Amino acid sequence: MSAIQPPAARAWWKQPLDKVEGTWITIALVWSLIMFFMMPFWHIYGKQNLSSEAYKTTPQAFMAKTQAMVDQYTIRTETDAKLPVVKPPPGSDVYLLGRLWQWWPLLELEKGQTYRLHIGSMDWNHGFSLQPVNINTQIVPGYEMVLTITPDTSGEQTIICNEFCGIGHHNMLGKIYVTEGGS
Amino acid sequence: MSNEQFRTCPESGLQFHKPAENLMKAHAVVAVVILLLGGIAALLVTLTRWPAVHLLPADRFYQLLTGHGVNMLIFWMISFEIAILYFCSSTLLRCRLATPKLAWVGFGLMFIGIVVNNYAVAGGNASVMMTSYVPMPADPNFYLGLILFVVGALIGCFIFLATLVVAKDEKTYEGSIPLVTFGALTACIIAVFTIASGAIVLVPTWLWSLGYINNIDAAMYRVVWWALGHSSQQINVAAHVAVWYAIAAIVFGARPLSEKVSRMAFFLYIAFLQLASAHHLLVDPGLSAEWKIFNTSYAMYLAVLASMVHGLTVPGSIEVAQRAKGLTNGLFQWLRKAPWGNPVFSGMFISLIGFGFLGGISGVVMGTEQINIIIHNTIYVPGHFHATVVIGSTLAFMSLTYFLIPTLFRKQVAFPGVAKLQPYFFGLGMSVFALAMMGAGTLGVERRHWDMAFTNAPLAFDYPASAYTMMGIMGVGGMIAIIGGAMYILVTVVSVFFGKPVESESTYGTATTQLKRAEPIVVPEGGHEAAGKWGLAAPGTFVLAMFFLVTFVLYYAVNWKYLASVWPMS
Repeated sequence: MSAIQPPAARAWWKQPLDKVEGTWITIALVWSLIMFFMMPFWHIYGKQNLSSEAYKTTPQAFMAKTQAMVDQYTIRTETDAKLPVVKPPPGSDVYLLGRLWQWWPLLELEKGQTYRLHIGSMDWNHGFSLQPVNINTQIVPGYEMVLTITPDTSGEQTIICNEFCGIGHHNMLGKIYVTEGGS
Repeated sequence: MSNEQFRTCPESGLQFHKPAENLMKAHAVVAVVILLLGGIAALLVTLTRWPAVHLLPADRFYQLLTGHGVNMLIFWMISFEIAILYFCSSTLLRCRLATPKLAWVGFGLMFIGIVVNNYAVAGGNASVMMTSYVPMPADPNFYLGLILFVVGALIGCFIFLATLVVAKDEKTYEGSIPLVTFGALTACIIAVFTIASGAIVLVPTWLWSLGYINNIDAAMYRVVWWALGHSSQQINVAAHVAVWYAIAAIVFGARPLSEKVSRMAFFLYIAFLQLASAHHLLVDPGLSAEWKIFNTSYAMYLAVLASMVHGLTVPGSIEVAQRAKGLTNGLFQWLRKAPWGNPVFSGMFISLIGFGFLGGISGVVMGTEQINIIIHNTIYVPGHFHATVVIGSTLAFMSLTYFLIPTLFRKQVAFPGVAKLQPYFFGLGMSVFALAMMGAGTLGVERRHWDMAFTNAPLAFDYPASAYTMMGIMGVGGMIAIIGGAMYILVTVVSVFFGKPVESESTYGTATTQLKRAEPIVVPEGGHEAAGKWGLAAPGTFVLAMFFLVTFVLYYAVNWKYLASVWPMS
């Protein structure tokens, strides 16, 4: 019962490695290094990298910027609550805020165009989960995250809150409509 | 006070110190009671997330999910681990436990903390999930309970360390501490780091909830909280790996392939494992890519390397021990002829396989900086950690319990037929549960979410039918695992409180014996390699390890391919 007893040899650290261990450690180390270098590799050659661009902000400041965008670019409203659908020009700064319990406003973007999407929270932590394309980020109050995104599929995407934010959490949805563009 | 405080267990040869014994029993009993509470919550939560059942109303669901998380991930685990720490110091080293009275203070604080926290959650004003991200407020007692608990646990850690000092000083053992105690020391060092982080984040949060502090930065809270939240699961990893080695030694008389390799692997845990709190922050605003890559990969996957080493050396040591007994046919006779009817072994082996294949691979994949974008906060995440914490740690602790019932509690295991099947129900049910959650998460189903149909939401969204199927399979797997959990509770409670005493005598005396070095290795004729194949002492294990690696590489590649299909972003 050796693993629960002191090692048999006084100088146990001098016991040579068994071949099975040495071989496996080498293989496992190589695999570990491959996985490690895969991440910087993807930063250089991959297309899906989360930006680290973020700013400290306040709910008031972020609301003001979002409201300005809504005032300028709203194209229609939806549902009984008259949620604005905003179509900002390609390449522009787009604002999306999460609050208890909605994503506001709804957005309409063009396929193949690039946008700077600013996301912020008015209150608690929220989770930005875009489905079905499946992009997920954490939205932390006090911070404004900037994602530079290029929708490459058209159709309707739903923003689901995937960070628990209280009793209305499961009703917190938003929309990003992606149109074919060129119009 | 009587000095007759030591007894030797005639079956195992272990020597117990009475105050340590009482403390271990108390911690283990509290742990199992918490497991029962958390298990009832698990049943109700699973029945709510199973779309066809959708049992609880939303408020009750979030409340019970909070209670389930805190009780299982913090209270059950750490309570049981303090018992393991006392076992690995006082019992394994044949030493008196340092300052038992202070240890009871620690126990008392932990117990009061559990009660206070659960009281707060039961009151309904603390349904904030285990993570309690500020600025979402909870009843101040929610934080106070956690603070009391971690302070009590910290006392337990220091008593473990003090007992190591006493053992060394009083020369209760020869040479170096056993590997299993070394593993427990690893868990203890990680626990001290974890608990300190917990205090750093929870004390200000408690003061904030009382109104003494105005503001806590929400991003900073997450960084420090995860040094508690994730690292506490790393205590579990170190502890359950130590339990694997202990069970391999107890059941098979297995000795580590080499002490040096296994101890270096534990050392890599100490040095790198805690960096993994970054796993939860990979899609947080403002953290740099360099910070994420270094931390999420434990520097350069050095802690993953360590787990891959343990994953080889534990079954490898069993294989060598079995081959030395003549079970040398083919690659896997040693495994086929293992005591699959003994829950101490079967539980440990299912724990090892489940932790590696399900928990380990999924953890590394979702902890890859960019791949996290397609997984963060989906139900994939609880799928992963039910494979690590439940199949890995909980099942390992359950199998150790079947050893402790006769040796520590001096009771026969009640319902041996139930005990024999328990690890299979629990381990296999949990595997189905975890895999189905990972499948649903890959389809975008969210964690911590009451209604995947969004019935009352002002906007609509439909998950594909396959996501509902996955959640249904999760429900079925969950029920099987719940039955397995209930079997464990039944066997342990009946054995400990109503069970027949073991037949052999083990009376207390003053005499203590020194723990001797292990016997020198008896090498079979022609060396261990001769008992194996291809010049390898453990060829069967090597084949299993290569199978693991191929699975790992394929699954890793598939996820990169999936990531490449989502919208370009930078």
